Amino acid sequence: MISSAIIPQPLARLPWRLIFLVCGIGGFGLINLYSAAGGAIQPWAMRQGAAFAVFLTLAVVLSNVREERVKQVTIPIYGAIVVMLVLTDLLGFVGKGAQRWLDLGIIRLQPSEFMKPAIALMLARFYDLLPAGDMKSLRAIWPAAALIAVPAGLVILQPDLGTGLMICFAGVTVMFLAGVPLRWFLIPGGLLAAAIPLIYEFLLHDYQRKRIDIFLDPESDVRGAGYHIIQSKIAIGSGGLFGKGFLQGSQSHLQYLPEGHTDFAFATLAEEWGMVGGSLVIIAYLFVIRWCLGVAAKATTRFARLSCAGLTAVLFSYFAINLLMVMGLAPVVGIPLPLISYGGSAVMTVMICLGLLMSFERQQRTRSSFH
Amino acid sequence: MNRFTSVQADMVFSRRMLVVGGAQIAVAGALIGRMGWLAIRENEKYNLLSEDNRVQLIIVPPRRGWIVDRHGKEIATNRSDFRVDLIPEQMKDKDRTVALLTQLLKIPPDEVDRINRELAGARTFQPIQVAENVPYEAYAAVTVRLPELPGVQPSRGFSRYYPAGPAVGHLVGYVGTPSAEDYKKTKDPLFLTPGFKIGKQGLEKTLEPYLRGVPGGQRIEVTASGRLVKELEPKPDRSGQAVQLTIDAGLQEFAARRMGDESGAMVALDVESGDVLAFVSMPAFDPNSFSSGIGRTEWKTLSEDDHKPLVNKVSQGLYPSGSTIKPAMALAFLKQGVDPRQRVHCPGGLRIGNRFFSCDAVHGSVDMHAAIERSCNTYFWAMGLRTDPEQTTEMVNYLGYGQEFPIMGLASQRFGTMPSPKWLEQKYKRKWQGYDSANTSIGQGYVLVNPLQLAVMPGRLASGKIIQPRLLMGAPRQPAPDVAADPEHLVIIRNAMSAVVNGRGTGVGSKLPLDGVLMAGKTGTAQVYKLTTRGVANSNWKLRDHALFIAFAPADKPKYAIGCIIEHGGFGAASAAPIVRDCMTYLFDSEKAWSVLGPLEQSWGGTLAERTARRAAAIEAAAAAAQAAKSTT
Repeated sequence: MISSAIIPQPLARLPWRLIFLVCGIGGFGLINLYSAAGGAIQPWAMRQGAAFAVFLTLAVVLSNVREERVKQVTIPIYGAIVVMLVLTDLLGFVGKGAQRWLDLGIIRLQPSEFMKPAIALMLARFYDLLPAGDMKSLRAIWPAAALIAVPAGLVILQPDLGTGLMICFAGVTVMFLAGVPLRWFLIPGGLLAAAIPLIYEFLLHDYQRKRIDIFLDPESDVRGAGYHIIQSKIAIGSGGLFGKGFLQGSQSHLQYLPEGHTDFAFATLAEEWGMVGGSLVIIAYLFVIRWCLGVAAKATTRFARLSCAGLTAVLFSYFAINLLMVMGLAPVVGIPLPLISYGGSAVMTVMICLGLLMSFERQQRTRSSFH
Repeated sequence: MNRFTSVQADMVFSRRMLVVGGAQIAVAGALIGRMGWLAIRENEKYNLLSEDNRVQLIIVPPRRGWIVDRHGKEIATNRSDFRVDLIPEQMKDKDRTVALLTQLLKIPPDEVDRINRELAGARTFQPIQVAENVPYEAYAAVTVRLPELPGVQPSRGFSRYYPAGPAVGHLVGYVGTPSAEDYKKTKDPLFLTPGFKIGKQGLEKTLEPYLRGVPGGQRIEVTASGRLVKELEPKPDRSGQAVQLTIDAGLQEFAARRMGDESGAMVALDVESGDVLAFVSMPAFDPNSFSSGIGRTEWKTLSEDDHKPLVNKVSQGLYPSGSTIKPAMALAFLKQGVDPRQRVHCPGGLRIGNRFFSCDAVHGSVDMHAAIERSCNTYFWAMGLRTDPEQTTEMVNYLGYGQEFPIMGLASQRFGTMPSPKWLEQKYKRKWQGYDSANTSIGQGYVLVNPLQLAVMPGRLASGKIIQPRLLMGAPRQPAPDVAADPEHLVIIRNAMSAVVNGRGTGVGSKLPLDGVLMAGKTGTAQVYKLTTRGVANSNWKLRDHALFIAFAPADKPKYAIGCIIEHGGFGAASAAPIVRDCMTYLFDSEKAWSVLGPLEQSWGGTLAERTARRAAAIEAAAAAAQAAKSTT
């Protein structure tokens, strides 16, 4: 908090450290998109910049919403998104072989994006409502499991495995932090591990199965889907410690790196800025996460602390899944690196999460300043 | 069970927050570690891969190494020629371009089909061959119209050239465009480059690793989709190594031309080193016409010729040795204690068992010297029956007949047979009989030798050393051990062989026309068709006997050895010996030899080159006629 006589109170109350960090990452992202377009602000850097500005404003606006209000709208919003997901599955716009968009005429809405923060809030609200004494009973488990499974299932049906996994990850993190007994994680976790071959065999789409095959052995499909992972590793590996220099990345500039501006934007960045640039981004993200966890730790109400932790989990899963994928440590699932990858919806989701976290943080401060 | 209170929930929350936070830091740490692994530890590998991506090479085939003779004279060189290729990426209107090129270069229809097919499946920067060996006028016509022909790349390439033409055909083989099979084996993009040729036969094939060289080319930076971004520094090619042969190109050409229209083979050796001076198999194809792709009609003509111009008779031909075996036989007899002065009476033949073996003439009483000089079969039958066939054969084999020579550069050789009782038992499961000794001792029966052995055997007798034939100048040379025989015995044999040519022998017509240089030799006549008595079948070329001659010179201080076979040449003295005489003359006085050849070639209807050109023209005319006939129907 910056206290100064010149800066007006509402501005001074913003968490500037976080905003600087986010602007830093976003700015680096814009520079990278400028390079990915071959040294031009069109078509990506400009639009991404605009989206960034709009959604950052949205986050600041969101930070003024009070916890009580968030609590009130959580259940209706969750319900509305589930309905939208059902509609998307039924009559959604088909693109890239998957139904992900709901075409509303003016804008294409991707309801699964909203579900990421919503699931965190919804589970926080559920455990907020649950009497403390019920924590060790089944009543603490099955409704929460259903609240996660319904939207995750609908998203996976679209099919969008990546987003489905993120929803599960955020929800399960909230369950874990709420205090559900460990056996409820260990036993299903073990069962899940045992069931992996069955899931692989019967539940996954052919293209998803192929991605896993290719992840395990990228060289098996050098020209096809394994190409992404191979070229991404080449980009990162050839960047070395200090990178090939701004606008000098041959992998991205000569289009050997597919999706060098979206899912694989980090590889573009690492090629030109090297391990130093890549590590800087990772560390900046870690500071963002640390700030978020700090908010969660300091929160006074059960709803606030679980919400904050859940929203942090959403942010973290974006970052972790994308980077693991780009570095060839996880199968390719279409998860962008928010603020670095081109694409407005990821920026939107991240800003919603950050806006909510800022709101919780502001209330902690104002409350403490009153007492 | 304890009641779970909100205080406990708080405690659980903070404890588990530590776990979650720790896990997140661990993941971030793993990511940074992974980056370090990729970018630092494996940086070199990925740098290479990214360079591989970025830079493409438009391959320019390396120039093939020359093949030269022992004096550095060219046997195979490269001649620059004009060629036209297409770069699909740079073409604008493919159909129009191909149509115009077809008209300018007069490309035949099936070639146009090939070009269109390759254009359809083209990888953008891989050039496609339109035509090679383009005549200068057509090349110039394409060049002036280049502005309206984007993507057309006229260039100067190289084609293999053999100055001596058919004279070296079987020695060097030929080069040709690599087949799809060849490409599959190597996966080398060079194999797909237009204008690139590999050795397909003979030395061109066996010496391929030396002759090929390393390709260079234009380096370009391209995008993943193959769009050219910029040109980089070109990579220089390294032409193939020159290979020096032991061959004497002059002798090689002389011998090939001296054979005229005969079908045969001749090998000449340096008896000191074993160097192969001539390696001739005639008639032969013209390797030049293979370099630019041989036509179907020409191939058909060659393969249907009864003189077998496609067969390398030096390494693939096997013939009964006939009487050329006699000097080696005689040495075997001497070694087993036969007195050279011992005489045998030849009444014109010999009865063995219930069969009468008939000699060429009534020689009367002959000793070993006379028997070799006048090629008396009766003497060799009689001595063959008196000696141990196993030991006799071993000696002949030791001197070269039926022997394998590890000669570098020759791919496939057939070694023939020197039969022995042991061999007969193994191969035909029967006992050696008197008539086997008789047949073997005059080089008939199971005896089969190749023309290389025909030169090695007199070479070993002449030098008294077990020389090994050698074709590559650079090949390691081992000191040759002495022949395991009494030197005095060798003198007896050499003197008898000298008498064959210089005394009253079967080869007197083939004395060298040189002062002070005598040639020693031995004629051979190999029966082709057993039941025909000689002379009767002379009208039919295919039934005539093979003529053989082996020789070395000078008789007193041998330097060179020659073995020669003329298929269906009749008596050895009649056709093979004069050829050997003239080749031997060439080695001592080449001018004199050429002056003899001139009139001979006149009588055959021109020099080898003239006759080859005339035949090529005839083939072309026939091909054109066939094409015309096909298009009218």
